[in-house]
Amino acid sequence: MDFAFTQEQEELRREARAFLEANPEAPLAELRELGWLGVSVPEERGGGGLSFLDEAILFEEAGRALYSGPFLTTAVVLPALPEVDEQAWSVEVDGFVPDLLHVDRVLTQGMRSVPAEGEMLATMDETRPLGRLTSSDGDAVEGEWEPVRLRLLAALALEAVGIAQRALELGIEYVSEREQFGKKIGTYQAVSHPLADTYVETELARSLAYWAAWSVAEEDEGAAVAVAAAKAQCAETAVTACERSIQVHGGIGFTWEHPLHRYYKRAQWLDAFGGHAAVQRAVVAAALLD
Amino acid sequence: MDLRDTPTEAAFRAELRAWIGENLTDDVRRGRFEEAGRDWSRKLYEGGYAGLTWPKEYGGAGAPYSHQAIFLEEMARAEAPSHLGVIGLGMAGPTIIAHGTEEQKQARLDAILSTEEIWCQGFSEPGAGSDLAAVRTSAIQDGDHFVVNGQKVWSSFAHIADWCILVTRSDPDSMSHAGLTYLIVDMHSPGVEVRPLRQITGEAEFNEIFFTDVKVPVENVLGEVGGGWGVAMTTLLHERGTLGFALTAALEAQIRKLIALAKERGATEVQRDAIAREWIGLQAVRYTTYRSLTTLIKTGIPGPEGSGAKLWWSEANQRVTKLALELLGPEAQLVNGSSSKAQPGYWQHQQLRSRGNTIEAGTSEILRNIIAERVLGLPRSR
Repeated sequence: MDFAFTQEQEELRREARAFLEANPEAPLAELRELGWLGVSVPEERGGGGLSFLDEAILFEEAGRALYSGPFLTTAVVLPALPEVDEQAWSVEVDGFVPDLLHVDRVLTQGMRSVPAEGEMLATMDETRPLGRLTSSDGDAVEGEWEPVRLRLLAALALEAVGIAQRALELGIEYVSEREQFGKKIGTYQAVSHPLADTYVETELARSLAYWAAWSVAEEDEGAAVAVAAAKAQCAETAVTACERSIQVHGGIGFTWEHPLHRYYKRAQWLDAFGGHAAVQRAVVAAALLD
Repeated sequence: MDLRDTPTEAAFRAELRAWIGENLTDDVRRGRFEEAGRDWSRKLYEGGYAGLTWPKEYGGAGAPYSHQAIFLEEMARAEAPSHLGVIGLGMAGPTIIAHGTEEQKQARLDAILSTEEIWCQGFSEPGAGSDLAAVRTSAIQDGDHFVVNGQKVWSSFAHIADWCILVTRSDPDSMSHAGLTYLIVDMHSPGVEVRPLRQITGEAEFNEIFFTDVKVPVENVLGEVGGGWGVAMTTLLHERGTLGFALTAALEAQIRKLIALAKERGATEVQRDAIAREWIGLQAVRYTTYRSLTTLIKTGIPGPEGSGAKLWWSEANQRVTKLALELLGPEAQLVNGSSSKAQPGYWQHQQLRSRGNTIEAGTSEILRNIIAERVLGLPRSR
C-alpha cells in the first residue's frame, strides 16, 4: 500500500500551482503548450503517456486557482478520441453543455461528436456558463460513454477539493490578521473550530478524490462507486468550506468585491453538474443495499 | 500510488487470516472478558503478533507500521476480543523504550509482550481531564522512595492491572507543566485502592484509583524527576499513533452490521441516503489514515491529515449507532425479547457507549484546538 504521489507528480503539482497563480486566465492553448492536455492518453495516440493520476493533480490545481477555461471537459474527452486533437471540447450531460460557445466540439452521452452550436444560458457561476446544443446530431465516436463519465465525475471531485482548499486558506489568512475586541479573531474558538472542521473534511474529501482517481487510472471494478462517493463528498465539502469561510470573513466575505463568492458559486456548480450529492449517494446506496 | 497490498503485505495478511481462523475459536469469542482475554492475549504473543512494531532488540517483531495497520484491520474484521495488554503494548511499553533505563527495560518489557503483567494508565484526575498539566496527585521524595497521594480516574484495566503509568506532581510548589514526574507504580503496593466507575451503559469499563501513602522506589521514575510532561507526551503520541487504523476497522465492522440490519428491516429513502453517507465517510477516513501512514513510513512522522481521524470517527460512530436504533423502530427501546437477529440491546449499548467517544483520548474540543493551532497555525487561544 502506497498512498502518495511520486516525486515527479509532486513536481508537476508545484509547476501547475505556480503557473496558475501567475496566469489564472491563461487561454486553453497555453495549457496545451505546457502538455496538460491528453496527459493520460498513450503516446502513440498523441498523448502524454502518463496516468489519470497525473491528470488528477492538474484538475485539483485548476480548482484551487478557479481556472475558467474549458480544461476539465477537454481533458476528460481526449482519451475517448482516436487521436488527441487541437480542439477545445465539452460534454453534454443531462442536456447541458459547460462553456458551449468557448469550445469547438461537444461529446454527447450518445457518443456523438457535435459542433458546438447553440445557446449559452445565464449561469450563477459566470466563469463556467452552461449552454444547450441546437442539435445533438453529429459524427459517431467509437467507444463507450461510461469511461468518459467516470473521468468526468472524478475530475469534478478533484476540482472541488481544490476549491475547498482555497476557501480554507482564505479563511485562515483572514482570521490570522483581522482583530476585534483587541484580539486576532482566530483565537476565538467559535471562529477557529469551524475552520478545523473544514480542514478535516477537506482532507477526507481529498482522500476520496485520490481513491477515485486511482480507481479510474487502474480501471478498477469499484470505480463507479468510488467516483460517486468522491463526487458526493467532495462537492458538499467544497460548498460547506466556502460557507464557513464566508462566515468567518464577516461582512467582507458577503461582498461582490471579495473572491469568495466566486469559489462558492463554482462549488455549487460542481455539486449540481453530473448530479447532486444525494443523486450520487443513491448510486452508493444501491450498491450497498440492493 | 498503489492502494493494493504489496506482495509482502498481502503475504502477511494471508498468514494472519489463516492464524485467526485457527485460533479465534467460539470459546474465545464467548468467554468472560478477563479469562478469555488473558488466553487470547497469550495466543497472540505465542503467534508473534504482540509488539509487532517494537524493535527486535526489545522482543518485538520489528515490523513496519503497515503490518500493524493490517493486524488491526484483520482483528476488527474478525471481531476478535481486544488484547488485555493494549495499554502496556501501545502506551507503557513504547514510553519505557523511549525514556526508560536499561534496568527498567529488562524488568518490564518481556512481561508486557507476554501479557503476564497488565498495565493501566493514571493520567486523568477529577480536577485534571483535558488539562493534564493541572495534575495534583502528589509524589514527595523521602530518601530512596516517593510517597504518592491522590486520585486518578477513567482508568481502564486498573481492576486487573499489575502496573500503572502514573503522572504525579513531585514539586508541590509548581504549577502547570513543570514539576511533574512520571512514575511506574506497582498496583499491588499497600495503599492502592481501585473502585469501578459505573458508566451510562451500566457496565464498568473504567475505574477510579486512590493512592494513600503509596511508596514507590526512586528507580521507578521514568525519565527525569520534574520531566514528567515530556514523558507523558510520548505516551499520548503513541496513544494517537496507529489509533486511526483501529478506529477505521471498528467502524467498518459497525457499518457492516448497520447494512445487514437495513437489509433485514428495510430502510426509507432518507435512511438509505444516511447509510450511503456513513459508508462514504468510512472510505474517506480509511484512505486518509492510509495517506498518513504512507507519510509515516516515508518520513518517520505521521502526516497531519491523520490528525482529524479520531475527531471525525467519534462523531460518525455516534451517527451510525443512532441510525441503527432508528432502523429498529420502537423495538430499539427493548433490552431483550426480540426475535430479530438484530439485537436491539447491542445497538443501545453501542449508542450509549459512543457518547464517550467524543470525550476519551482527547475531547473533540481539545482536538479542534490542536488542529487549529498546530496544523492550521492559527493564533493560540491560551
